[in-house]
Amino acid sequence: MGLILAQLLTGLANAGALFMVASGLSLIFGVTRIVNFAHGSFYMLGAYVGYSLMQVLPGAVGFWGAILLSGLVVGLIGALVEVIVLRRVYAAPELFQLVATFGVILVVQDLALAIWGPTDLLGPRAPGLRGVVRVMGEPVPQYDLALIAITPVVALALWYLIARTRVGVLVRAATQDREMVAALGVNQRWLFTGTFFLGCALAGLGGALQLPKGGADLLMDFTILAQVFVVVVIGGMGSLPGALLASVLISVLNVFGVSYLPQSTLVLMYVVMVAVLMWRPFGLLGRAEVAGELGQVGAPEEPIRPAGWPIRATVAAALAVLAALPFWGSPFSVVLATDILIFCLFAASLHMLIGLGGLVSFGHAAFWGGGAYVAALLVARLDVPMEVAMLAAPVGAGLAALAVGWIALRASGVYFAMLTLAFAQLLWSLVLQWGAVTGGDDGIVGVWPADWASGNTAYFYLALALSVGGILALRHMAHAPLGYALRAARDAPLRAEATGLHTRRLQLVAFALAGTLAGLAGGLFVFSKGSVFPNELEISRSFDALIVVFLGGVKTLSGGWVGGAVFESAEDLLTRFAFWRLTLGLLIIAVVIVAPEGIVGAARGLARRAGLTRDADPAREDAR
Amino acid sequence: MTPILEVRDLSRHFGAIRAVDGVSFRLAPGEMLALIGPNGAGKSTCFDMLMGQTDPTSGQVLLDGRDISGWPARRVWRAGVGRTFQVTATYGSMRVVENVQTALMSHHRRSFAAWPRFRRLYRDEAMALLEQVGMADQAGRPAAVLAYGDLKRLDLAMALAHGPRLLLMDEPTAGMAPAERAALMELTAGIVARQGMAVLFTEHDMEAVFGHAHRVLVLNRGEIIADGPPEAIRADARVQEVYLGGGAEALAAEARDG
Amino acid sequence: MHRKTVLTGLAGLVAAAALGIAGLPAAAQDGEPIKIGEINHFTRLPAFAEPYRTGIEMAVEEINAEGGVLGRPLEFVFRDDQGEPGEAIRIAEELMTREGTVMLTGAILSNVGLAISSLADRREWVYLASEPLADAMVWSQGNPWTFRLRPSTYMQAAMLAEAAAQTDAVTYATIAPNYAYGKDAVAAFKEVLTELKPEVEFVAEQWPALFGIDAGAEVQALERAKPDAIYNVTFGPDLPKFVREGTTRGLFEGREVFGLLSGEPEYMEPLGDEAPEGWTVTGYPWYDFEGDANAEFVSAYQEFAGESPKNGSLVGYSTAKSVAAAIEKAGSTESDAIRQAFEGLEVAVPAGDITYREIDNQSTLGAWVGTTALRDGGGVMVDWSYKNGADYLPDDETVQELRPSE
Ligand SMILES: Nc1ncnc2c1ncn2[C@@H]1O[C@H](COP(=O)(O)OP(=O)(O)O)[C@@H](O)[C@H]1O
Ligand SMILES: [Mg+2]
Repeated sequence: MGLILAQLLTGLANAGALFMVASGLSLIFGVTRIVNFAHGSFYMLGAYVGYSLMQVLPGAVGFWGAILLSGLVVGLIGALVEVIVLRRVYAAPELFQLVATFGVILVVQDLALAIWGPTDLLGPRAPGLRGVVRVMGEPVPQYDLALIAITPVVALALWYLIARTRVGVLVRAATQDREMVAALGVNQRWLFTGTFFLGCALAGLGGALQLPKGGADLLMDFTILAQVFVVVVIGGMGSLPGALLASVLISVLNVFGVSYLPQSTLVLMYVVMVAVLMWRPFGLLGRAEVAGELGQVGAPEEPIRPAGWPIRATVAAALAVLAALPFWGSPFSVVLATDILIFCLFAASLHMLIGLGGLVSFGHAAFWGGGAYVAALLVARLDVPMEVAMLAAPVGAGLAALAVGWIALRASGVYFAMLTLAFAQLLWSLVLQWGAVTGGDDGIVGVWPADWASGNTAYFYLALALSVGGILALRHMAHAPLGYALRAARDAPLRAEATGLHTRRLQLVAFALAGTLAGLAGGLFVFSKGSVFPNELEISRSFDALIVVFLGGVKTLSGGWVGGAVFESAEDLLTRFAFWRLTLGLLIIAVVIVAPEGIVGAARGLARRAGLTRDADPAREDAR
Repeated sequence: MTPILEVRDLSRHFGAIRAVDGVSFRLAPGEMLALIGPNGAGKSTCFDMLMGQTDPTSGQVLLDGRDISGWPARRVWRAGVGRTFQVTATYGSMRVVENVQTALMSHHRRSFAAWPRFRRLYRDEAMALLEQVGMADQAGRPAAVLAYGDLKRLDLAMALAHGPRLLLMDEPTAGMAPAERAALMELTAGIVARQGMAVLFTEHDMEAVFGHAHRVLVLNRGEIIADGPPEAIRADARVQEVYLGGGAEALAAEARDG
Repeated sequence: MHRKTVLTGLAGLVAAAALGIAGLPAAAQDGEPIKIGEINHFTRLPAFAEPYRTGIEMAVEEINAEGGVLGRPLEFVFRDDQGEPGEAIRIAEELMTREGTVMLTGAILSNVGLAISSLADRREWVYLASEPLADAMVWSQGNPWTFRLRPSTYMQAAMLAEAAAQTDAVTYATIAPNYAYGKDAVAAFKEVLTELKPEVEFVAEQWPALFGIDAGAEVQALERAKPDAIYNVTFGPDLPKFVREGTTRGLFEGREVFGLLSGEPEYMEPLGDEAPEGWTVTGYPWYDFEGDANAEFVSAYQEFAGESPKNGSLVGYSTAKSVAAAIEKAGSTESDAIRQAFEGLEVAVPAGDITYREIDNQSTLGAWVGTTALRDGGGVMVDWSYKNGADYLPDDETVQELRPSE
């Protein structure tokens, strides 16, 4: 009994920091509709800033002052990021802002490394709260009790701010209906900046508050991000009470999981997440999303047309040059090109899903990594030949996509995105913790191609054929009835249904197809590397693909593979230098600001201005 | 003659709001029936239920005597019902002609085809439909840049793509200039006369209503308060009361302002 | 530091791009440096990778000051793999086919090490896995082309098990990250300890997520089992959290605690004055060496780097020394010659003379086992002794069984 109570208290104490970070993320999403990937970075900054402040501010006053100050400082940094970067891209296609927040992650990682150094910092302990209190004989740290006391205070303050002040009225109004707030004549810009300040301040506060229970290290941004996503999604995006409820739920569940299911804590969290979302696709206290709320904003997409012969000739020539690479390039260039080709296919598959289907998936790595694991498991455990495994990878991933899509497509917009993320994380945690079959962290090693494809050059041709073939097939599909039906379902779902289109089945087909091709890319990947590890299923792999698609340009047909090629090459070049993450992050942010329509979109605009191509339709000009 | 559409005691409640409450009526083939009523009367909700885009709280919709309540929109459409939307719904990322082609492709059950080139499919049929609504000269423009009146006409062309026997038009002339309105209503009346389809339309423009409808239904707060030929409706005291006693003039004015 | 910065590198970037497409491996000529490809997680685990890099740089300076290897200067080409096996594979290809490196070294994370090892086997390149600890590196996934310097998980766990067997503790609880290294470490400890002292009993096993420990809950779960002793494998950011919660809640009071690697400066230093006292740990007590090769290394390193050495510094230094010795012995930079030279290679490193065993390519580098204590506001190891790695490996027959590839 005493133990159970003590465990409950541990869970409640853990919920504190989690709630603060999650409520910040939720708040920002609710008002600005930005999914702030960089929220974990603000949490990390809170920890580092708090640490530094505690070094200079003495005593208990200094300690608590430092915590409050780090909230303030981090909030200001967040507001700065909003003003400098995000404000410029609100009119960009939906969710484009997350590219910018990804750039922020990279920048913060390197800045933190440069400022605070590589060594983990142990958080100072709270003055006067070092001991324990005995609760029914069980030791409970005093600081835990402090956290349990602070969390409701913060939650109440937030509640007061939102329910009882004019600012809160505006925030609530914005959460319900953004247009209305704009119509009320409220300066939406400052409302957004203010929300960012508050959201990031909460993250910073969370980071500083957990110092006495841990410290500051350079990996904590991603560690917390995964957890916070789970909490926000379970609670309901944009719902503060939901964030509170879910952080308590997850924290308490974790504590009991640690004691009674010590091997499966990760899986447990994601199983709960998937279960909740299947039951309530909008989270426990989330609001059903109004259709069209996340509709495409920005300039309308241009109608597509099959490429004319000059472009076809150019592409054919470029492919011929690429195919001849082994004859004129270095041996390494062949390896690099193979990697890029494979990644391009992966990116193109997600791009099809987002571009044609309007379905933003946050968990595409599930199918890339899933395909890789299917192939690797077949080879390593059943001694299946490469040809069969390579076929099984897309089939397995496609079937998985069919199952996941069937469930996830019950929701739409960002909830769909979160459901896909939940499944991807579930798969990742299963692969990680089911070591007997999957090899866990040690992965599956020694999965090399069959003899005929074993040289780097031979494998390059295999990758070239399959990747280019896959990308061309996707492109062909865009110009086929299926592609048009998909865009119809995306542009005007009611109209599509009222002209006989089965929109959900169309989207399911698109999802399965994207999964299949991602699985093919994963199969190619595993034989090119000879091994596969759980990190191919991680969130960051899904993020990579998303970033690439948005950078390439969603409203273009070639954005996927162009973005893939540019990103992968840039990374290959930049990683040779110290502080490359800073450079890459700034580069990404620059692209976001300069070319919110993506690389291909911007290139097209430039070409048009230079008079290189004519407008998509002459009649268009007179309409402006 | 058996009615093409029969609505029996149809209701739809949103929580405490009774958007549509016990509506019954019939529609004969070839008939043009106007459904009028002030904003918020429940007209669009009624259309949504007929088309299968909202499930009724209670009641039935019968098409050719067959109960279609609860069918999804795509199935209702295949049964020969087309609709236009109050807020036009077209595919902004496609050209005008491609919008119509998409509807035709669905009609021919080719929407899952991944091989043929879309551009060549049903192009002539699509052009013929555009010709019908007077949009042929704009076939190559992106739908996203069309003027509002043109969007309405494109919407109509798409609704006509599968040669429906019953056409539902939700405020077909809203937002158009007066001259354009008359033209569109003429056009629709012509198509209806030629193809012999039944039409149910809602409209705030009283000229359109009284000039083209064979019969008028008046809806107020979800309930039908009058049903009869245009002249009778014009004279109906309850209808005038609903429209603040101002008669048809006030009706038209209210529509323009609202 | 000897690193290119982005700015100075930008010029080279263009050249690198051009080279990347068309460049050919530099032909080996007399006087040209002999290049070694070093792949590590410089951005993912900088706290571990940077001291390691400095150790290499110091050794290279020494080697070159003494005339280099085979009369040519030795050069390490450092590349960051972000801790991703897939990246590491590509970089390995680039280093070996474009940079003209003659062999590969590096990796800390075992999964990256295993990926490189598999590639090395396939492409017949020599790979010295300097830091990865996984037993699989040289045993179940072992191959003729992969050698390993650092004492493996099994060896270090065996050292602790030996110490544990001499205490009175009978019931044990373990806590290890839920990841391959953690599992290996617990399995090895159990195996060796049970062999040495059959009456021991393992009463609880805790498996926190790697770098995601819920320390309060873990401590409660361990306390619930009321063990005589605790075997800890958590590391990185998990360790301070575990130590602090455990200390606060009195988990360690009256209990023997055995901590794998917990005595390495990389782990001890962040703990500051909260370092646990009285734990039996493996580690690197650089501060207490006197009058031997270790002491010489420590003072030379402090002069070179301007900071105290970490365990990684020692491993990095020994890596470069091993590579130089192997190439000198091979008399050539051909892969197969280097591989043969590594088999049975004897090298003098600060910790003593080590041998790369012919039977499984594992070096006999050992580790220091001691007890933790506080000194001048920081954790140190006291009563330590150096355990020779050779004494903590299974007998040859077992090793042959564990290593199916040969
Ligand atoms: N999805 C909905 N949820 C709640 N109320 C609705 C919904 N759709 C319509 N209503 C309400 O039903 C009533 C009828 O609306 P509507 O059918 O659009 O009227 P009309 O088309 O006659 O102007 C209105 O009061 C409207 O607010
Ligand atoms: Mg209406």
